[in-house]
Amino acid sequence: MSNTAARCDAPAAGREPTIHQRGQHEVFCGLTSIIWLHRKMQDAFFLIVGSRTCAHLMQSAAGVMIFAEPRFATAIIEERDLSGMADLHDELDAVVERLLKRRPDIKMLVLVGSCPSEVIKLDLSRAAERLNREHAPDRRVIAYSGSGIETTFTQGEDSFLATLVDECPVAEADAAPSLVVAGSLADVVEDQFSRIFQALGIENVAFLPTRRSDRLPAIGPNTRFLLAQPFLNEAAKKLERRGATHIPALFPLGEEGTTAWLKAASDAFGVDPARFEAVTAPGRERARKALESYAETLSGKRIFFFPDSQLEPALARFLSREAGMGLTEIGSPYLHRRHLAAELDLLPEDVVLSEGQDVERQIDRCHEADPDLIVCGLGLANPFEAEGYATKWSIELVFTPIQGYEQAGDLAELFARPLRRRAALKVEV
Amino acid sequence: MQLTVWTYEGPPHVGALRIAASMKGVHYVLHAPQGDTYADLLFTMIERRRTRPPVTYTTFQARDLGKDTAELFKDACREAVERFKPQAILVGASCTAELIQDDPGGLAKALGLDVPVVPLELPSYQRKENWGAAETFYRLVRGFAGGREKPARQEGAPASCNILGPTALGFRNRDDIVEVKKLLKSLGVEINVVAPLDASPLDLTRLPAADFNVVLYPEIAETAANWLKREFGQPIVRTVPIGVTATREFIREVAELAGVDPAEALATDADRLSWYARSVDSNYLTGKRVFIYGDATHALAAARIAEEELGFKVCGLGTYSFNFARDITAAARKYGVEPLISDDHLDVEEAIVEAHPELVLGTQMERNTAKRLRIPCAVISAPVHVQDFPARYAPQMGFEGANVIFDSWVHPLMMGLEEHLLGMFREDFEFHDDTGASHLAAVNAARGAGGQGAAIRAEQPAFEAAAAPEETTPDTTDSPDGAAARWTPEAEKELKKIPFFVRGKARRNTERFADETGVNVITIETLYDAKAHFAR
Repeated sequence: MSNTAARCDAPAAGREPTIHQRGQHEVFCGLTSIIWLHRKMQDAFFLIVGSRTCAHLMQSAAGVMIFAEPRFATAIIEERDLSGMADLHDELDAVVERLLKRRPDIKMLVLVGSCPSEVIKLDLSRAAERLNREHAPDRRVIAYSGSGIETTFTQGEDSFLATLVDECPVAEADAAPSLVVAGSLADVVEDQFSRIFQALGIENVAFLPTRRSDRLPAIGPNTRFLLAQPFLNEAAKKLERRGATHIPALFPLGEEGTTAWLKAASDAFGVDPARFEAVTAPGRERARKALESYAETLSGKRIFFFPDSQLEPALARFLSREAGMGLTEIGSPYLHRRHLAAELDLLPEDVVLSEGQDVERQIDRCHEADPDLIVCGLGLANPFEAEGYATKWSIELVFTPIQGYEQAGDLAELFARPLRRRAALKVEV
Repeated sequence: MQLTVWTYEGPPHVGALRIAASMKGVHYVLHAPQGDTYADLLFTMIERRRTRPPVTYTTFQARDLGKDTAELFKDACREAVERFKPQAILVGASCTAELIQDDPGGLAKALGLDVPVVPLELPSYQRKENWGAAETFYRLVRGFAGGREKPARQEGAPASCNILGPTALGFRNRDDIVEVKKLLKSLGVEINVVAPLDASPLDLTRLPAADFNVVLYPEIAETAANWLKREFGQPIVRTVPIGVTATREFIREVAELAGVDPAEALATDADRLSWYARSVDSNYLTGKRVFIYGDATHALAAARIAEEELGFKVCGLGTYSFNFARDITAAARKYGVEPLISDDHLDVEEAIVEAHPELVLGTQMERNTAKRLRIPCAVISAPVHVQDFPARYAPQMGFEGANVIFDSWVHPLMMGLEEHLLGMFREDFEFHDDTGASHLAAVNAARGAGGQGAAIRAEQPAFEAAAAPEETTPDTTDSPDGAAARWTPEAEKELKKIPFFVRGKARRNTERFADETGVNVITIETLYDAKAHFAR
């Protein structure tokens, strides 16, 4: 099959992936990022312009959060919109009107493009401009695409942040140096990092996305940015276009990753190494101590990653170097060679790296590798469990605070729990 | 364009997927972008199936659009047939692929595959999940039973029937099948084919052999059953056996078609609902106001059970099944309520608030609404969540189904004696209805203490937190602006002694009474005058 031809190379220097795949992807589309984005930014509302499928996806994927009224909704395109009986822009305006009436507390309305809206070439940026003229300055309206023909899962956040950077004020060339940490982090993790940056003496630190839409940081040539998440390709490009400088680093997973990440920032801001040592020592010690208790469960166990969040290489690095796990295949929807350079350098030589997906072939490879733990999406997990494999739902890795020193143990726990659970259950399936 | 947060039905291709996942030997090749693969989790997570649904998604991307998405589709078809070796394949498009007009049916036919191809045309921007399921099932039935002869019934052989309608993700379908088979067996009726659940395309070719068809879910099986009736003269059993009365009617209807005596099947001791409803303890159920919403089949059955078998009062009846609006409207008229035909969950929520029910019977959306409003609730219809695929045997149909319904609708309510005590000791500081469940006493106490409560409240589940703000202003929200000023503090205090779920109604009735009788200031007297005036 031409479109799924797998190219198998020997692992080369510079860590090119060993397998490129093009076939059936079993990954959520970018709309799914809204599930955490709408909680992160507390005065924003995400309006998907799409089909019934989009609405159904959101409620199926976000099922557990149904109790509270979410700050997202779908404007479902109907037959009369497509046949030209109704003007799409008028219809959208009416939906927005109804929505804002119901939620007057919303300060930023985010129009989110979907597969159907992209295919019919509905220009949501123009719609946002038009709506902005009407609703500014009380409310800002912006637009991005989370469509599944362009974005997978976490790439939705990338598209959103890229759009958000456009909204950030401009910092002048003589502005004081500042640090932007890009990528959603749990509030508790954000607060921990804020305290560490403060102790290191790094000032003017902002996190993107901000918790409120009116507190976006100014960005300019004296801005340096750290990526807290590995999926921020477009957002990083936008920041660089504004003159900001990327601080390359490992991602802050585990004791090693967190230290390297903080060290990269410290070096960029000229923090005295002794001060860095003093500030981070207690956290490093706590992380190492927390990880000790997981060694027994995880050490020597072999893990297989199906592609999902793009966090896979960093997670694999953490599990192999700090938990002693063996790596089989690390699948990722997309490998950003530059942002992941440091991560890939630390992976063992013999690991199989795959980019993209052809799910049936990958399942075959997984069977062949016969791992102790499979990291995969919700569609695959129970069928693997029924076959006798232990699995970890990958989606939990983006919904749980896992970054930083204080969460290193929690991160290991996520992988240890399915293994411990299997050991605990004495009934056969 | 329709603004929605939650939907009762998915898109029509999800209906087709439910049929494919129900059957054996069927594979669905769906032209769709990658995001649409979320549908797999409906089966593997919500229904806890052990296998992936039999579907291959082409997962085309933006970069394929300029090139050849049709080629992608053909490759996916060929690969799926080779890998899964199905007896038949369904081919179709999801909402996005419908827009690029690749014609999956035509493409698949042109491939010359050595398995039958059933093309599906499911207009995503007009239709929804149940329609998609009905249409897919009909296409399959027509494709495999069409053109066959109805075999002559052998002399002396027992009557036989098909059971049509149970599907993957159907509400309690797994257990309903067992109950319905039990009923048919008690009448000596043979079961020819059950479809779509667990049927293969080969089984569908045997459909014409049955004497009649039992339709369990008209939303999904009616189209196919009507076609079978036209084509093979198979009569349809239309009574859905949910509830004691309907189960008895079902037995009589089947017995009539099969030409057997129903007496033995009717003389069962399996029915406990009827006696439980008559036992003195159930007195407190009398006239309980119940709001019902769901698919048409379950909503209609629930309304009848509520009124005729449990002695409740239906105070709201609605459905998202537009095709069955007429049936719901007729039933609503019978019970003296306005029918609610809507698939907008906000309309439903509004109707619930308006109706002041003491029990809500609905889908998972109504469960969440009811939790927010602190009204007891039981789930009676899809869409449902993982907890509504219980580990235990929990049918809705047949006599055992009625027993299950008695338990699951009555348990969320307060027990009779408990309710009486609440009425008597409304001012007991640990006991009044604002206190909540006694095992949460510490939380509730802290809540009362104000600032300190906020910290504890933060640890409560989301729905508790959502309910909290309403508690602080429970009554003003029910009354028009400024109206509160008309109430004397004493009357306002007395009003608080009325259970919260009817308090809004009492307030409005009193105000209406005051308006009509020209009373300006509402006192305790006015409150009780109004109570007497509106006594039912």
